Amino acid sequence: MSEATLRAEGLTKSFPGVRALDGVDLSLRAGEVHVLLGENGAGKSTLIKILSGAYRPDEGRVLMDGRPVEIRDAGDARRLGISTIYQEFNLVPDLSVAENLSLGRLPRRFGLVDTAAMQRRARELLERVDVRVDPRTPVRRLGIARMQMVEIAKALSLDARVLIMDEPTAVLTTGEVGKLFAIVRRLRDEGVAIVFITHHLEEIAEIGDRVTVLRDGRSVAEVPAGTPQDELVRLMVGRPVDQQFPRRPAELGEPLLSVRGLTRRGAFDDVSFEVRAGEVVGLAGLVGAGRTEVARAVFGADRYDAGEVFVRGRRLPPHDVHAAMEAGLGLVPEDRKGQGLVLGAGIGENLGLVTLRDATRAGFVDLKGQRTAAARVAEQLGIRMTGLDQEVRTLSGGNQQKVVIGKWLAAQAGVLILDEPTRGVDVAAKVEIYQLVNALTDSGHAVLMISSDLPEVLGMSDRILVMARGRLVGELRADEATQDGVMALAVTDVAGSRAE
Amino acid sequence: MRSKQGGTDSRSSAWLAENGAVAALVVLVIALSLLSSDFLSLTNLLNVGVQAAVTAILAFGSTFVIVTGGIDLSVGSVAALSAITLAWTATEGGLPWPAAVVLSLATGVACGLVNAVLIAYGKLPPFIATLAMLGIARGLALVISQGSPISMPEAVSHLGDTVGRFLPIPVLVMLVMGVVAAIILNRTFPGRAMYAIGGNEEAARLSGIKVSRIKLITYALSGAFAAVAGVVLASRLASAQPQAAAGYELDAIAAVVIGGASLSGGKGRALGTLVGALILAVLRNGLNLLSVSAFWQQVVIGVVIALAVLVDTLRRRGTN
Repeated sequence: MSEATLRAEGLTKSFPGVRALDGVDLSLRAGEVHVLLGENGAGKSTLIKILSGAYRPDEGRVLMDGRPVEIRDAGDARRLGISTIYQEFNLVPDLSVAENLSLGRLPRRFGLVDTAAMQRRARELLERVDVRVDPRTPVRRLGIARMQMVEIAKALSLDARVLIMDEPTAVLTTGEVGKLFAIVRRLRDEGVAIVFITHHLEEIAEIGDRVTVLRDGRSVAEVPAGTPQDELVRLMVGRPVDQQFPRRPAELGEPLLSVRGLTRRGAFDDVSFEVRAGEVVGLAGLVGAGRTEVARAVFGADRYDAGEVFVRGRRLPPHDVHAAMEAGLGLVPEDRKGQGLVLGAGIGENLGLVTLRDATRAGFVDLKGQRTAAARVAEQLGIRMTGLDQEVRTLSGGNQQKVVIGKWLAAQAGVLILDEPTRGVDVAAKVEIYQLVNALTDSGHAVLMISSDLPEVLGMSDRILVMARGRLVGELRADEATQDGVMALAVTDVAGSRAE
Repeated sequence: MRSKQGGTDSRSSAWLAENGAVAALVVLVIALSLLSSDFLSLTNLLNVGVQAAVTAILAFGSTFVIVTGGIDLSVGSVAALSAITLAWTATEGGLPWPAAVVLSLATGVACGLVNAVLIAYGKLPPFIATLAMLGIARGLALVISQGSPISMPEAVSHLGDTVGRFLPIPVLVMLVMGVVAAIILNRTFPGRAMYAIGGNEEAARLSGIKVSRIKLITYALSGAFAAVAGVVLASRLASAQPQAAAGYELDAIAAVVIGGASLSGGKGRALGTLVGALILAVLRNGLNLLSVSAFWQQVVIGVVIALAVLVDTLRRRGTN
């Protein structure tokens, strides 16, 4: 058995409130494609960020060729020959392909950039990845597939011995995937150790040699890539669903939210569903399946091409947040800090954001009334704070999320769309948020909950909708749904639509 | 526990930022009254007030814009255009002066609205949109006046006088505009919405705030305040000059920033802006009294602006 090129032992990494990695082991051999498999939040990104020097582990060590190494930053990773290709490319769009390939190491002659040498080097590298493109072309003009090839060429220019690819096929068409695989195989045969992350199970047997499965921050199994798909799914999600989900079904009432045939080209297609008073509908699927896009379109934050949205039977005008809000719709967005909160403002100010206009009397905002209302909501949600003036920035993730939900409670929104409501929230606060959802449905609210956390979707929904590639591909009653069932729906159709 | 400390830290540093400017003003006044016997007289202090008035009024308008995270480079030019509009319509156009005043304000508002449309709907960066308006308004002022000063109508130039033989009207106007700005920022829906937009535009939008509409109001207010400043300046000089207030937009921005606002938006108060404008005026006045050359004055003021922003940046780093 050949010596591992790179070995990670017992990597542990905690963030405030979350243990992202808990004693993860990984062993990479030269000349293998090693698939990293796991649900969203299982720890894949944290692991590759440690290997590429973006994070430092709290515990554990990394060995290369059997010797312990320190990867303190991206420079260390580069010197060790570890290159990472993230989903967001690290290219400068307005510079040429050649300049991007030589970025930071421009060949110089007499103090000036040696353009000829730069072009020559670029041609050689592009040759290796089998891409025919003029090195003088600005990267912006390449399609996404060729940008990825440029990224790979860049990694090669650094003499990468370990190449980490984070979901490289997510953005490619079938033909492009085939081409990518050809290059990955060629690099493997040249002796590069490749870490390959993918959600598409059918790709594993095709490209992979071995698979390490991560779950809840632990490496739970290392299996051959030929392992059957349902076995992989079981390894990936097979944790017991314990009683951390206190869902208390409420009496169902009228449909409060109806969505019919909602379509935006390239994002989602013919999406129809209803959410009734007292009901929690879970929206499951892989990242990129179009769930957030649908939620934002329903709420009026983004446009859609066709379809209709009704709240309490009244049709909402498209792309009009204010109208959606007036109709009683509220959105707790996925990106809490970027879209949900004014971080530099106080808790009171944030809680009053939605009601600001309605609290205006004769041109003046009723600041006292706003504060009283904010204090009441803060009390109701149990937001732990020093006072209403405390900056939201300084709150924990769970308390921040309560503020985002709270601003809609203050506005008495009847239909709440929660997009990843417990992401980055610690376990205790999660349960508080679940209890809040129960309280909401008890009082006749309707809740649409998007979550990539399967146990959460299963545990907290009354009904589950599954999306894949922009379409609703299934609907399950919560009591008959299983994690494998939901996951199977979420991934199988991916293969189907890929073949189109 | 940690969040508790963060809370008090940010509150005390906010206090410092607010009152840091006040403290700087007090120190400056004490230092100058020790250095120059002429400084601490009622006449001189009122003179400082008159000097500060135009900058302060422009700066109140800029405060709205900066709170939303934008910038308005056109206020000096808009002030000149508005004053020229008033003088021209009242003299050449033969309009009664109240109508001319209304037209002048409308000119300021119109310039602001054009800025806002370019920014909110045309998606131009505020810097570019208002840079264009800086040229356009100044050019129009020159075109209308054919490059020469136009005398102000008698009734309006009383704005440059004093009431009760001691309180200069520009100072009075400055205080009134300051109170108006403070009320808009603190107590009205558009004002509160400006802070939300400057703090996080997307969060504001997803909370049902019509961001584009608030930007229209913001830049229109900036234009209106610029018009008032232009008229006050012209009244003091008894004539509207097409080249008046050139470069004042930078003083206005400096006053807002010295007053504790952040150019990245979400922070800023009318009182801080007033203090910022007073600091600039006191500095200029004091340096004059100390016979510091006009050349060195620019250096000193540049240093003060850099220090003010440096303090803001350090404070921000402290709270993050």
